[in-house]
Amino acid sequence: MAKEPVSTLLFEGSEWNFTTLSRAYEAIKEIAIGEMGLDVYPNQIEVISSEQMLDAYSSVGMPLMYQHWSFGKRFVFENELYRKGRRGLAYELVINSNPCITYLMDENTMPMQALVTAHASFGHNHFFKNNYLFRQWTDAGAILGYMDFAKKYIAKCEERHGLAAVEEILDSAHALMDQGVFHYRRPPRLSSEKVRERARERLEYEEQTYSDLWRTLPTATGSVGVEEAEREAGERKKVLNLPEENLLYFLEKHSIILEPWQREILRIVRVIAQYFYPQGQTKVMNEGCATYVHYTIINRLFDQGRMSEGAMLELLASHANVVFQPNFDDPRFSGINPYALGFAMMQDIERICTAPTAEDRDWFPNIAGNGDCMGTLKDAWENHRDESFILQYLSPALIRKFRLFQLSDRSADTFCEVASIHDERGYSAVRAGLARNYDPGANRPDIQVIDVDLLGDRQLRLRHRIKNGILLDEGRRDATLTHIRRLWGYDVSLAGVDDATDRVVYECSSKVS
Amino acid sequence: MPNFIDRRLNPKDRSLGNRRRFLKRVHDELKRTIRDKVKSEKIADIDAAHGVPIPKRGADEPSFQHSGGSGERNYVLPGNEVFSPGDRIRKPEAGAGGGGGRGRGRGEDADDFLFVLSREEVLDLFFEDLELPDMVKLNLKETVTYKSHRVGFTTSGTPSNINVGRTMRNSFGRRIALRRPGEKEIAALSEEIAALEAAAEPSRQQRQRLKQLREDLDLLERRRRRIAYVDPVDVRFNRFERQPLPNASAVMFCLMDVSASMGEREKDLAKRFFVLLHLFLKRRYERIEIVFIRHTDEAREVDEETFFFSKQSGGTVVSTALEEMVRVITDRYPSNIWNIYAAQASDGDNASGDSERCATLLRDTLMKLCQYYAYVEIIDERESEIFGTTDNGTSLWRAYRTVDGAVRNFQMTRIARPSDIYPVFRKLFARNQPDQLRR
Repeated sequence: MAKEPVSTLLFEGSEWNFTTLSRAYEAIKEIAIGEMGLDVYPNQIEVISSEQMLDAYSSVGMPLMYQHWSFGKRFVFENELYRKGRRGLAYELVINSNPCITYLMDENTMPMQALVTAHASFGHNHFFKNNYLFRQWTDAGAILGYMDFAKKYIAKCEERHGLAAVEEILDSAHALMDQGVFHYRRPPRLSSEKVRERARERLEYEEQTYSDLWRTLPTATGSVGVEEAEREAGERKKVLNLPEENLLYFLEKHSIILEPWQREILRIVRVIAQYFYPQGQTKVMNEGCATYVHYTIINRLFDQGRMSEGAMLELLASHANVVFQPNFDDPRFSGINPYALGFAMMQDIERICTAPTAEDRDWFPNIAGNGDCMGTLKDAWENHRDESFILQYLSPALIRKFRLFQLSDRSADTFCEVASIHDERGYSAVRAGLARNYDPGANRPDIQVIDVDLLGDRQLRLRHRIKNGILLDEGRRDATLTHIRRLWGYDVSLAGVDDATDRVVYECSSKVS
Repeated sequence: MPNFIDRRLNPKDRSLGNRRRFLKRVHDELKRTIRDKVKSEKIADIDAAHGVPIPKRGADEPSFQHSGGSGERNYVLPGNEVFSPGDRIRKPEAGAGGGGGRGRGRGEDADDFLFVLSREEVLDLFFEDLELPDMVKLNLKETVTYKSHRVGFTTSGTPSNINVGRTMRNSFGRRIALRRPGEKEIAALSEEIAALEAAAEPSRQQRQRLKQLREDLDLLERRRRRIAYVDPVDVRFNRFERQPLPNASAVMFCLMDVSASMGEREKDLAKRFFVLLHLFLKRRYERIEIVFIRHTDEAREVDEETFFFSKQSGGTVVSTALEEMVRVITDRYPSNIWNIYAAQASDGDNASGDSERCATLLRDTLMKLCQYYAYVEIIDERESEIFGTTDNGTSLWRAYRTVDGAVRNFQMTRIARPSDIYPVFRKLFARNQPDQLRR
């Protein structure tokens, strides 16, 4: 029981400086890369103050962002919560970019800085670099360059066209942000600065040389047969690539009233929405991965005698806060905590790999007892999103541990019914139910452009496929339609069609604002 | 080694622009809020930061959202203790579906939530329809006025503040103490060297002397280089200290007619008039007391609450208020110590024959005690067109006209709109004021 010599400690006390930060970083890196075999983007670690953290919060966590009043509103809101002590600030913020930027708050203690470095600079970073969604849908290398361009471009537009005009377009575009994402087909890579510049020059040239003389008027074709009309509609849909789920994309490409700069702004908003799309689908996994990584690393550091017991206790306390899951009837309950669920699942996979029970062998014949927990975890991190991950890996043991149960809620009834609980009959149902709650396809309103009358009154027709009878909030729906109308320039109609029966449930159209 | 960057010194107000845009966007609603605050709060409290609710109109961000009360959903929740499949749970009365957490949109958290407008922002909103000149607005927002005075010297400062005389004196002393070779010394040596060098056939003695001289010169040159002519330790700067302008105490009298003819609108205008005077005084005086005197056919000193909000019935005798004011002054505010300001608001009604008495009181007694007396007569917007600038009008107005001509520091005006208030103060805000203040 020889006492560890003091010199093996990475740091002492809670004060930090850049020397201890980088010493801790090296030690963490040794474990993360050397022992766990994580694969990360190069790290860039920035130390910021709490005010700057608030700033970063309100501009959706991006280091560069254009200006808009809605960010100010968020800022006022966050700022007030923080000042009143009703909400603490995040210890870190990490950006999916290459190099991966991690913000550390200067108020953190040194042990916290170590924890956060392990959590963000290695956990999240590994996930960003390897998860298939991020690899396919975001371009970590180009995002910062693109944001820089976006900020400057919008500032230039404000200068040239006035604040009010730019704000109008941004308001409308923000309203459609959720409908501005390609869910099924992969978006094109962000083009480099040079290519964008060229495209813009071309647009500007076209704008200058456009002459009304060249407009080809449609030749009036007397009476058209029904068949003819249908054929035309089919052709039109083909040309416009209808139905289209990405409303912002459709408006950007096909709205006739928009000027080139307005199209570019829609594009910017769309690109940002697309960039954040994978994050929403991988919250549980991403946080689970990062929490698992930091937990493993700090324990390892402690085992190596490089961290004191005091520091370890501090970190365990804050770790326990992060993965705390209140029960449904607890006043603190606000949904399932992604940190808690994610971390528990990662640990559970570790258990299944190394010490499986008979039940685990039944449920997970592929991985139970394979002994390679890091390999299994990395494979899961790489190839899943929350929905498929839960469907694949949530074990009965964990369902029992969380005492999960499924509640079915029909709006017509005055009661909710307990559909299934953590028993033999319920495991699959609970697991599938939980997975479905993480499926963005099932939870966001499905609204698509289905047709547009190009030669007549130019009305834009949208269709909302109603799933399980869940309607839209009417006030917000009408306000959003007004925004679409502003971008489209002509009337817009929305029809709600029941997904199961194809029955039209409601129809509404934009009101002129 | 990762790339560590310390960003703590970067500007931290990145969101300030966004905040300003947000305030601009919800400007109308904020203005209404501040106007209500002016109505309901104490005069002295207006001039501060205020918590205001986050406005809802104009700041909503709509998007397509599922509505809470329709369709069929499934929730998976943790922490089952007692349920078995098939159990039914009664729904909570108002929305909130299955146990909370769901259906709470981005904006809804913001309900009944206060955020703080800074004092500057509040004043900007308050000033808005008062149509104050910009200079005055600036003046009012400034907290204390300072004046820089020269006091002594300091070793640090900006180059423009270098005190040359003091610096050279230090330099001179140091040069003497360290025996820095002067121009003359070096010139003498050089001359001698030149003379020796000029000799055609220098003797051994002369050569040795030359060598000696050259070494001396070299030593001197080196010494000169090492000991600077003006060293940073010599430099002295003029030191300035900012001293607040002399302040004293002031008392502000608010006089108002509270008879039935003064309605909500009249009182609102009057309050703004009082607030503006208070802001002005606050800028200039360290200590301000406010005395509220209301009157119908009799006058009484009351607290602010009663002054603005409680009702009283009766006729109108304005002179009672003036007499009450004289009484309060002689009791508590001797005019050799206090700067006395008065603001009177009325709708011009007065008992017949009393107006002359008022004018006499003002001319003979009050105006000798007061720094400044402002009278506003609150009239209907329609009336303002009829009266215009003519002297016709109520008996009180006509009586006060006679005072206006005779006494300095008396101002009167008719107001129908907030923008009419300022002119009555114009003289107060004129620049060359301090000479009129009693210390």
